[in-house]
Amino acid sequence: MTTGDVVVRVEGLHKYFGDLEVLRGIDMVLHAGEVVVILGRSGSGKSTLLRCVNFLDDPTQGTVEVSGLRLGGGHRTRRKREQIRQLRLHVGMVFQQFNLFPQMTALQNVMCGPLCRKGTDKATTRARGLALLDRVGLADKADQHPIRLSGGQQQRVAIARALAMEPDVMLFDEPTSALDPELTGEVLAVMKSLATDSHMPMMVVTHEMGFAREVADRMVFFHEGVILEQGPPAQMFGQTEHPETRRFLDAVL
Amino acid sequence: MTSPDPPPTGRGERLALASAGIPFRLKVAAVWVVIFLFLGLFFFIAKFDNQWMIDNLEFIAQGLQFTLYIAIGGIALAIVLAGIGALGRISSNSIAYGVSGFYVSFFRGTPLIVQMFLIYLALPQVGGNLADRFASLPDGFRDALILDAAIAGTLALGLNYGAYMTEIFRAGIQSISSGQSEAAEALGMTYGQRMRRVILPQALRVIIPPTGNEFIAMLKDTALVSFLGVAIASAEIFRRSQLLGRADNRPLEALIVAAGIYWALTALFTVFQTRLEKMLSKGYVRGVTITTREQPVTPPHGGGGTV
Repeated sequence: MTTGDVVVRVEGLHKYFGDLEVLRGIDMVLHAGEVVVILGRSGSGKSTLLRCVNFLDDPTQGTVEVSGLRLGGGHRTRRKREQIRQLRLHVGMVFQQFNLFPQMTALQNVMCGPLCRKGTDKATTRARGLALLDRVGLADKADQHPIRLSGGQQQRVAIARALAMEPDVMLFDEPTSALDPELTGEVLAVMKSLATDSHMPMMVVTHEMGFAREVADRMVFFHEGVILEQGPPAQMFGQTEHPETRRFLDAVL
Repeated sequence: MTSPDPPPTGRGERLALASAGIPFRLKVAAVWVVIFLFLGLFFFIAKFDNQWMIDNLEFIAQGLQFTLYIAIGGIALAIVLAGIGALGRISSNSIAYGVSGFYVSFFRGTPLIVQMFLIYLALPQVGGNLADRFASLPDGFRDALILDAAIAGTLALGLNYGAYMTEIFRAGIQSISSGQSEAAEALGMTYGQRMRRVILPQALRVIIPPTGNEFIAMLKDTALVSFLGVAIASAEIFRRSQLLGRADNRPLEALIVAAGIYWALTALFTVFQTRLEKMLSKGYVRGVTITTREQPVTPPHGGGGTV
């Protein structure tokens, strides 16, 4: 894939929870190697967008396309479920609460995704898993259960687990929000390396403005379910078009 | 030390202070001893035939194996049914949800003893009438629905306890946070993979202790099978005590022996159960402390996790 190819394309996305319209028409494109940081107040719909991209939430209206697979919402028939599963295999997701599987060791967590696919070789998966743990700096913790790891370490294992699927795009849903302040750095460093060394396309919902300024190619500001404003960090941190964006940035900076 | 307490005044206060000096376990043991002394007195006054009890203990205790067969068969059936039932109760499939809902409602909503008689008495009649009406049914059909009392009892116990345990299993599965399921979904796991590899292994820790309790309860409910009428050679404890007590005109002595055996049996399993619970809760308690420390429910920025 060369730079400029479309990895994720969201078109006309609306999402209702009951009567509440959380997303009110989102159009968004993520290109290969691009890092997009999504900002916005609590309830502005930024997490819901990420969850719609891999169908943890079903879009009420509109479509999501990942690596050429284009899907909409609607009833989950057997065929639809399989299509969604295929799409998810191209998407890595990292959660605010890590969501590691507590009964598995760090290595088993990393291996379990690939092992669920048909025809994967256990020895190869194991070697790759160890390499991924090494990459996030946790090779020595391979045999530890999540309960023995700090929050920062757990989140790095979670990143390795998502990478083990060899995704085309990584989604980060407030990856450092549940961490003690002194532990956010190690997670952000891994994410930064992923962006700059591996050119992994990333959609990141975060309040870490330092990370946005340093790593983001584009910042997108969500307000009440629409994209109010977007642009490169230099522009967003400089002169914003909307006073709402300004107010938000002033509040978090 | 500031000022010393004033000396005890009343007798009650002196007694309370003296009692406080004795270890709690010792006092409890003393209470038990007193209760047993009273029971002994009761036995003495009631003029129970102790020799009869000693002589017939072995014969009644031989019913233990049948009691255990029924209880173990019943709990095995109940576990299978509860597993299937729980998956139905959390299913979005209307047929699975409806069938499991009916199952739980009926078997929790009617008395166990009624269910036993229904299975024991009604099934043969259904089998006979069906065999009369449809000649095409295989020859053995009529007899196949005439069940041995122990088997009918085991079936009823399994079905009944399975209904209660369906709710235990369902609650256990639902106690696993939705984040676990979502993480598994995000990894592209199928429903079966999510259940097998992620949800059920965690839910088992929650499910096993109450299942042990159900087994202990079932040990006692096996006594109901005696109402279906079993030949004494293959009768469980209560049936044996009833038949023997009636024959020798020692009904109370026989009952006391039966009660003693049930009591010893459940006490034994309660010890296992307590150990099992301790073993399982060890990891669980540690999990809870870590969770509250490192995974605050409210994120520091007040940012919504899902919206």
